[in-house]
Amino acid sequence: MEKRITFLLEVENLKTYFFTRRGVIKAVDGISFYVKKGETMGLVGESGCGKTITGLSLLRLVPEPAGRIVEGRVIFEGEDVLKKSPAEMRKIRGSKISMILQDSMTSLNPSFRIGNQVGEVIRLHGMVRGRTLLQKVIEALRLVRIPAAETRIRDYPHQMSGGMRQRVTGAIALSCQPSLIIADEPTTSLDVTIQAQYLRLLKELQEQTKTSLLFITHDFGIVARMCDRVAVMYAGKIVETAETRDIFDNPRHPYTRALMSCLPKIEVQLKILAAIDGQPPELGDLPPGCRFAPRCSEASEKCWRYYPPQKVIGRDHGVSCWNVHQYQDGESNRGS
Amino acid sequence: MAVYSQKAFKNLCSIASTMRGAPKIPIVILVMVFMTAIFAPLIAPHSPTVGSLPDRMMPPFWAKGGSLNYPMGTDALGRDMLSRVIVGTRISLSIALLAVFFAGSIGTIVGLVSGYFGGPIDVFLMRMVDIALSIPLILLAIILAAALGVSFTNIIVVIVLLLWPYYARQVRGETLSIKERDFVLLARVANCSHTRIIWRHILPNVVPSLLVLATLQAAFVILVESSLSFLGVGIPPPAPAWGLMVGEGRVYLATALWLSFWPGLAIFLTVLSMNLFGDWLRDRLDPKLRQI
Repeated sequence: MEKRITFLLEVENLKTYFFTRRGVIKAVDGISFYVKKGETMGLVGESGCGKTITGLSLLRLVPEPAGRIVEGRVIFEGEDVLKKSPAEMRKIRGSKISMILQDSMTSLNPSFRIGNQVGEVIRLHGMVRGRTLLQKVIEALRLVRIPAAETRIRDYPHQMSGGMRQRVTGAIALSCQPSLIIADEPTTSLDVTIQAQYLRLLKELQEQTKTSLLFITHDFGIVARMCDRVAVMYAGKIVETAETRDIFDNPRHPYTRALMSCLPKIEVQLKILAAIDGQPPELGDLPPGCRFAPRCSEASEKCWRYYPPQKVIGRDHGVSCWNVHQYQDGESNRGS
Repeated sequence: MAVYSQKAFKNLCSIASTMRGAPKIPIVILVMVFMTAIFAPLIAPHSPTVGSLPDRMMPPFWAKGGSLNYPMGTDALGRDMLSRVIVGTRISLSIALLAVFFAGSIGTIVGLVSGYFGGPIDVFLMRMVDIALSIPLILLAIILAAALGVSFTNIIVVIVLLLWPYYARQVRGETLSIKERDFVLLARVANCSHTRIIWRHILPNVVPSLLVLATLQAAFVILVESSLSFLGVGIPPPAPAWGLMVGEGRVYLATALWLSFWPGLAIFLTVLSMNLFGDWLRDRLDPKLRQI
């Protein structure tokens, strides 16, 4: 009775390890998630938890030779990306999956004019030249609302503001109509007003183009406004995944709860911002049990020994925690 | 019409602003040196290689026994010093440019490949660089001169062998830092080949520092060529190379100072101007200052 829904992207038990002199760093350690067509999937977690490496693994661009995808399947449009030849892989990159990165300053090549950089991607995939290419470049820049695109194509990256530059990288990512865009903290280098503007633009463009978005961030505020579903990562594992509304209404994993309680609320005046005690574990020296156990107030003997399997506790809601039933009881008691 | 002149004015202004703070005297000297090199046979009043023996060892024109016919005097074979210095410019500069060009090309390719691909290729190429740097130049020049004879080509080969490792190291270092930047990763996401990334995305970002290195090294090449010619393993006589002329004049240093003075002055002015220009270029192209 297995009902098989075809997702745009399905990641199963993906493991990306780094083999260093100091041992094996398990940056991504057996994560599974999926992205539906046209939706925004958020990948949340603190820095160093493997979010970025997950993104790079999907494109098979993990920094070699230290990094290697050791296990797992990445099914993209029905085919396993990890089994593709380098030539097939190159066809996917840029035209089917593209990326927006954190720092707009280094995302663009300082030696080239904006127009050339946008044009390069279009030329590589679209096989157009000359005037048509120029027209397409201007269209791409207009799409991301760059004013006076005709003259702006002659600008160098340093002549643009951070927000503008990030829009240009957005234009590059969108220019080949990819079916998936991996956005790796695209707003961290922008200030708050520009951030909101950029997110709105991204959202609109996504609705227009029906592109799926894998949104990597550490900011639950951004998750709330951008994402349909969200996966919370901790130390290389996904600890909880749910629809965005679900996770805000009903966070189950202690880590998710802790993160939520760190969010400053507008109605409560705080003197000191809440923080989670302790440090995330070293990815080269992981505890055998739950990775959050050392920082978890509810951790029991079992938590320290064994890693909890993922439990499905609702529609599209999965949690990896031994104590999850207790919470469920707790919640229902409070509710009644 | 008005639009055109306005545009021309704008261009002039932008050139002026680019050149702001440029060392004026060195640039004037360099332009003169280059012009002299290009038009050497037209400017030189006498033949640089054929002298008239009755006029031998004439001092410069202001000294007793000098003549305006030979403003810088003549050498032991009665050859006009001025003509020799002028034609020598052409030799020195062409050696400098050719050597820097070939060394720069080889070094840049090695550096780019080494820095970009890393791993065993990097180790191998960098050991080659170390080996090349450990060969004593003068010794190599003398061996080559003994084995193949002295010639224009040989001296360029020797200098290229000496210079390319510096480019390789510099370019490798910069490549290492540039390839870690996000636009290189994005270029890979956008399906650029390695060759394309190296040529289109990394090389243009290395060019400014290459230019600086090339300017400074052009000066160095002139010095090296002079030293080699002075030792007799550089440009073969009777060609009027500056270093060779200084060397020939050494015997007469006590009686006829001008024989070594003029070519020495030419070397000094050219090298100093190139170095000052290179220093300015380095400040000008400094990545931290470039954004302003």
